[in-house]
Amino acid sequence: MQAPQRTPLYDAHLAAGARMVDFSGWDMPVNYGSQIEEHHVVRRDAGMFDVSHMCALDLAGADATRYLRHLLANDVTKLKTPGKALYSCMLDDTAGVIDDLIVYFFSPERYRIVVNAGTAEKDIAWMRARLTGFDATLLVRRDVAMIAVQGPQARERFWTAFPVARAQSVLLDNFQGTEWTVDGETWLIARTGYTGEDGFEVTLPADDAPAVWKALLDAGVKPCGLGARDTLRLEAGMNLYGQDMDERVSPYEAGLKWTVDLKDTGRDFIGKSALTGAHARPCDVRFAGLLLLERGVMRSHMKVHTALGIGETTSGSFSPTLNQSIALARIPAGVENGSEVEIEIRDKKLKARVVKPSFVRHGASQLSL
Amino acid sequence: MSSSAKPADNLKYAASHEWARLDADGSITIGITDHAQEALGDVVFLELPEIGRVVKAGESVAVIESVKAASDIYAPVSGEVIARNDAAVDAPESVNADAYATWLFKIKPVDASELNKLLDAAAYHATL
Repeated sequence: MQAPQRTPLYDAHLAAGARMVDFSGWDMPVNYGSQIEEHHVVRRDAGMFDVSHMCALDLAGADATRYLRHLLANDVTKLKTPGKALYSCMLDDTAGVIDDLIVYFFSPERYRIVVNAGTAEKDIAWMRARLTGFDATLLVRRDVAMIAVQGPQARERFWTAFPVARAQSVLLDNFQGTEWTVDGETWLIARTGYTGEDGFEVTLPADDAPAVWKALLDAGVKPCGLGARDTLRLEAGMNLYGQDMDERVSPYEAGLKWTVDLKDTGRDFIGKSALTGAHARPCDVRFAGLLLLERGVMRSHMKVHTALGIGETTSGSFSPTLNQSIALARIPAGVENGSEVEIEIRDKKLKARVVKPSFVRHGASQLSL
Repeated sequence: MSSSAKPADNLKYAASHEWARLDADGSITIGITDHAQEALGDVVFLELPEIGRVVKAGESVAVIESVKAASDIYAPVSGEVIARNDAAVDAPESVNADAYATWLFKIKPVDASELNKLLDAAAYHATL
């Protein structure tokens, strides 16, 4: 077995007392003590995550835009302002999800793409194989580190650590980044994240990462592990690739129809013919949130008994913000929000309510039911 | 996280990470070890056996759930459940705070000598 890879912040994690786990072939911190405390610090103040295991790719060339319009289910031509980002699925020919990713637009000839760690090799191979016929090159940026600073105080604390970055990043919209040049090196500071809170994701030269991590620590940003990252994204109703979706499901079965852009009927992207028209794959399930109404904890792959048949949880955990268990699930398409269902947990069936798959945003419950 | 991380000498241990203590009244008090709470992470839910339930040594009788995972708790001895710690059910995080002070349930044993089949502190520590 191959030894797990380490990010440039590996030593910093050990120094902070992290419990390390193998995540997609990377030795990553799952927590630094209490996962729940780390969760709360992101909802209430500011926490940071080492996300250097994710893979940054630079796409450049005269056909970069044309290539991405073919490669991705979302349409990059809706990106007009430099630095603007777009969330998209990359589909195979059957509309199965190869990966979900973020693409940053700098110019019609230049983009930054960030893909998941566990799928990076597969993604790169897929993307390279489809470059034929396009004037564009794909560069894998293993020379960078990524730190996500998240929480209501994240931006302020980031600026405390890096005051000179304020002027350039203070006006960023949500889902917008800016390239910031410091000492001849380029950082990408982006107002993005995977927690449902405000904050920045910062991409910077790998060599600088330990000093930047230290500066953020000194500014009062608390290190947070993958455990808290998972409960935060689950509360925010954000999908985790490999758990809530993979190549066996289409974006329509993963609650991601909003990311499939069909407006330009002349655009032919990979997977489109399997989603539309006469030969579209059938879709009799939908993606939903579940709120457990009794004591217990839902996990992935539990059976969901509904009036219209059986569904399955794809992710589940305990929500530290709501103080009850929440889950994402694929259920029969006709089951409406507000319905009561039963979750099979070990030898019991516990009651749960079907809700919109967005439980907590900006520190507050989104549940209106 | 815990103030008493080392296995205590007055307790017996199961390889499945329960501790057991023979009390003066002949009952046996059971909890999980500090190593177990550390591995589980933040505990958020406990499902303890009903009082009066008759259990066999090695039988799964309770469930402990952390944010991360669910784990079974096994009866270290055979007997009848005579008490359960409902305060711990209401505050599951107390298991993380002090796993040896937070008992979970008590068994009136059929045969208290079953305790001798369990590990002492040194032997348990050696399994970790």
